Amino acid sequence: MSTYDLVVIGAGPAGLAAAVTAADAGCRVAVLDAGPRPGGQYWRHRSGADAHSHTDWAVFAGLRARFDQLHHHPDAALWFVESRPDDVGPQFAVHTHSTVVYGRRLVIATGAHDRVVPFPGWDLPGVVTAGGAQALLKGQGVVFARRVVVGGTGPFLLPVATGLADAGATVVGVYEANDPVRYARHVGAVLGAASKSTEAGRYGWRMLRRRVPYRRRTAVVAAHGDEQLTGVTVAAISPLGSVVPGSERHVGCDGLAVGFGFTPQVEVAVALGCETFMDRDGSLVVRIGPDQATSVPGVYAAGEVTGVGGAKLALVEGHLAGDAIARSLGRAEPLRAGERSRLLRIRRRLRRFAAALHAVHPVPAFWPDLCDDQTLVCRCEEVSAGAVRQAVRELSAGDARGTKLLTRAGMGWCQGRTCGYATACLTAREAGRPVSSVDLQGHASRTLMQPITLADLAGDD
Amino acid sequence: MDAPGVVVIDAGADVVVIGAGMTGAACAYYAARAGLTVTVVDRAGVASGTTGAGEGNILLSDKSPGPELSLALHSVALWRELGETVGDAQIELERKGGLVVAASATEHDTLAAFADRQRAAGVEAHAVASHELPGYEPHLSPHLVGAVHYPQDMQVQPMLAAAHLLRAARATVLTGTCVVGLLRDGTGGIRAVRTDHGLLPTSRVVNAAGVWAGRVAALAGVELPILPRRGFVLVTQPLPELVRHKVYAAGYVANVERSTAGLEISPVVEGTRAGTILIGSSREHVGFDPAMSLPALRGLAAAAIRLFPILAGVSAIRAYRGFRPYSPDHLPIIGADKNVPGLYHATGHEGAGIGLAPATGHAIAALLTDRRPHVDLRPFAPERHHVHL
Ligand SMILES: Cc1cc2nc3c(=O)[nH]c(=O)nc-3n(C[C@H](O)[C@H](O)[C@H](O)COP(=O)(O)OP(=O)(O)OC[C@H]3O[C@@H](n4cnc5c(N)ncnc54)[C@H](O)[C@@H]3O)c2cc1C
Ligand SMILES: Cc1cc2nc3c(=O)[nH]c(=O)nc-3n(C[C@H](O)[C@H](O)[C@H](O)COP(=O)(O)OP(=O)(O)OC[C@H]3O[C@@H](n4cnc5c(N)ncnc54)[C@H](O)[C@@H]3O)c2cc1C
Repeated sequence: MSTYDLVVIGAGPAGLAAAVTAADAGCRVAVLDAGPRPGGQYWRHRSGADAHSHTDWAVFAGLRARFDQLHHHPDAALWFVESRPDDVGPQFAVHTHSTVVYGRRLVIATGAHDRVVPFPGWDLPGVVTAGGAQALLKGQGVVFARRVVVGGTGPFLLPVATGLADAGATVVGVYEANDPVRYARHVGAVLGAASKSTEAGRYGWRMLRRRVPYRRRTAVVAAHGDEQLTGVTVAAISPLGSVVPGSERHVGCDGLAVGFGFTPQVEVAVALGCETFMDRDGSLVVRIGPDQATSVPGVYAAGEVTGVGGAKLALVEGHLAGDAIARSLGRAEPLRAGERSRLLRIRRRLRRFAAALHAVHPVPAFWPDLCDDQTLVCRCEEVSAGAVRQAVRELSAGDARGTKLLTRAGMGWCQGRTCGYATACLTAREAGRPVSSVDLQGHASRTLMQPITLADLAGDD
Repeated sequence: MDAPGVVVIDAGADVVVIGAGMTGAACAYYAARAGLTVTVVDRAGVASGTTGAGEGNILLSDKSPGPELSLALHSVALWRELGETVGDAQIELERKGGLVVAASATEHDTLAAFADRQRAAGVEAHAVASHELPGYEPHLSPHLVGAVHYPQDMQVQPMLAAAHLLRAARATVLTGTCVVGLLRDGTGGIRAVRTDHGLLPTSRVVNAAGVWAGRVAALAGVELPILPRRGFVLVTQPLPELVRHKVYAAGYVANVERSTAGLEISPVVEGTRAGTILIGSSREHVGFDPAMSLPALRGLAAAAIRLFPILAGVSAIRAYRGFRPYSPDHLPIIGADKNVPGLYHATGHEGAGIGLAPATGHAIAALLTDRRPHVDLRPFAPERHHVHL
């Protein structure tokens, strides 16, 4: 058994930056990722892929060149993490299906997955998350449908739509539930992150070239089809976030990609007892200090797990985490003080920008009203919205853990990754109060982070 | 009188039950049936304590003749009634029977002798020869030497059972309300329950706060020695029915297997209505340490595979833990508090609080309405622990 100075969980922008920065300062670093290649969501690619379709590929290439000297464990999904402090200090055992890796410090850089918001028909074949559509495209070169509608909210809808169009799909329409013109009100924050808005402009230009219609304040409110998606109903959304009656119309399509933002994957942090809180976008995130340290000694977090903010912020946080860890271990200072304060400034600016995006692209208020009692919320356990409401109304379930215990929503294969947010919101709504971090925590704890066979569990040391 | 500004949040129920777990729900249900108005308070939610973190075995098979078995026999009869009143399906009550298997000839002898004593005390128990085992459980390990079948053993979904009993009781349920004080009158009797949201006037209080019941008792100046015993449960992926009964190893009853100092693994394997298989559970004395223990999970997995080799390739998707409330002599504490008129305790059921809840609630309701309890409560008297204090 050898103990690394640092074990990084997740090889996306945040994890790569943390690993490389700490290694440059002389730390022994291991990086684990569930995927076959480093890059995370942002630089997800097929083997042998090059720069073409990727933003900031040069940054990735630079990191990867240094990264190749580290101990990288690909296809290594973490299923359990233990804290085993000894007299030297904190120590962690990270269990994957093939190996156990020990480290004195931990960086949690596990990113986020799509936030799923149910509506009638969301469970039909042909309906995918925006991130899922993008991952199929980037990871396997697969276009998931021919005539595609893209709906939801957030700037992320644009790269998904252009990516699909560039790859040959007909994008029938992009429906943004909010009103991005309100960006203007956050002009300070936007100017502070100029490269972001030019990025958006670039997507706008590509959409125009591909003749992709883009509608603001319009949402997909239902998906139709018997065995397979055949079309969707779209409707206008009022400035207060409700569906404008009579505005519904049918749009034919065989694919729907929906994105309502992201849910950070905080289960590793929760398992270690790190403090969490509800961020402005309604997601449960890990609380960090100025140097990316969590509330648990030796555990750091970087990237989307600390608050959804995009790849550049993830990179900056990763560098800061790697730097702080190297210093905490008494290694050479990887970053000069000037560089460090520059990164801290960028981090501040990008966080402001993220907060502005969250303010402009909230999950629209209307969605729980779309779900009739038959609409499924939890697909794994086949729990409907009606069952969740009944647990609150008739069985005194007070919070999302209560509805989970009484309906099994969130107890199946995905362990609440898909339905956790929706169950929490429906529960709070039925209880007549806003969603709280307690509701979100009811679906954020996953002691086994991946399924593991009983034989492997019994035999693993 | 109360200080000005103190909010009274309840019209004043005949009885206030502290704790909306299985025990509190059963006390509320039987008290209501006895004609009392009931308010139930829980600082979190219904079944949010140990009831939401354990399993739902209703067992006679693991109990040796004595006071606990009497309570269990009454409970089994009451569970059958409840299943008819509330609906078996509503609370996922399954009268599936238990199968206790022996891995060696010695274990088999111990088990057979134990079953003889149980039969004498009124438990149905049938010997099963090794060649008959596949008829009961087709996937059991072929290395087992025999078993005893207990047709009266049942299974319930504890969270649903607690919620449905509270509903049937028409009790006022105040969740998110923490009890912070017990107010006494001039003669020392209970006058009101103080919560973080205000006062609940009442003259009778049932302390059904599970593993936290000692802290509630302390609010009335009483010491109640309740300690936590940690346990883990593993949950598999949903499967077609592989396991029909509640199956466990005779070692569970005789002499629990020890793998690590202090950690005892006694596997009980059972299917649930969702198709998952629950593998429970471990026992450890580690206070309220919330950390997941890998040795415990490993031990459970290994023990389950020894019983059902087919489970080796099945995935565990989840694990959870809870704290069983136990008293120094491992018997529940059920009865009136001799020192505080109007205070009743119903706790300390350790690993059997689900199964024993109806008989406990039934007995408490009898005491509340000055009737004689169905079961002799003397062995469970709260004051029996006073000598140790
Ligand atoms: C489709 C898509 C397009 C995007 N486009 C843009 C864009 O144009 N501009 C922008 O700024 N941002 C964009 N984003 C957001 C950007 O990808 C993220 O901000 C960035 O990837 C976050 O970096 P990260 O390191 O925090 O997490 P990620 O990149 O998500 O990396 C997390 C890694 O952790 C691994 N992991 C998670 N759990 C485990 C586990 N239990 N065991 C082992 N490994 C695990 C995952 O496999 C993954 O590789 C996009 C996101 C998506 C999904
Ligand atoms: C792993 C495991 C497996 C088990 N398997 C079984 C089994 O198969 N069969 C079986 O019969 N038993 C089993 N048990 C035991 C069983 O779960 C318990 O005995 C039972 O749940 C105890 O119920 P209770 O209502 O007394 O306590 P709890 O369910 O803990 O309820 C007490 C309630 O009191 C509330 N409370 C505490 N303090 C306050 C306060 N100050 N103010 C307001 N509210 C308060 C808490 O929030 C809690 O909800 C198992 C236990 C574990 C841990």
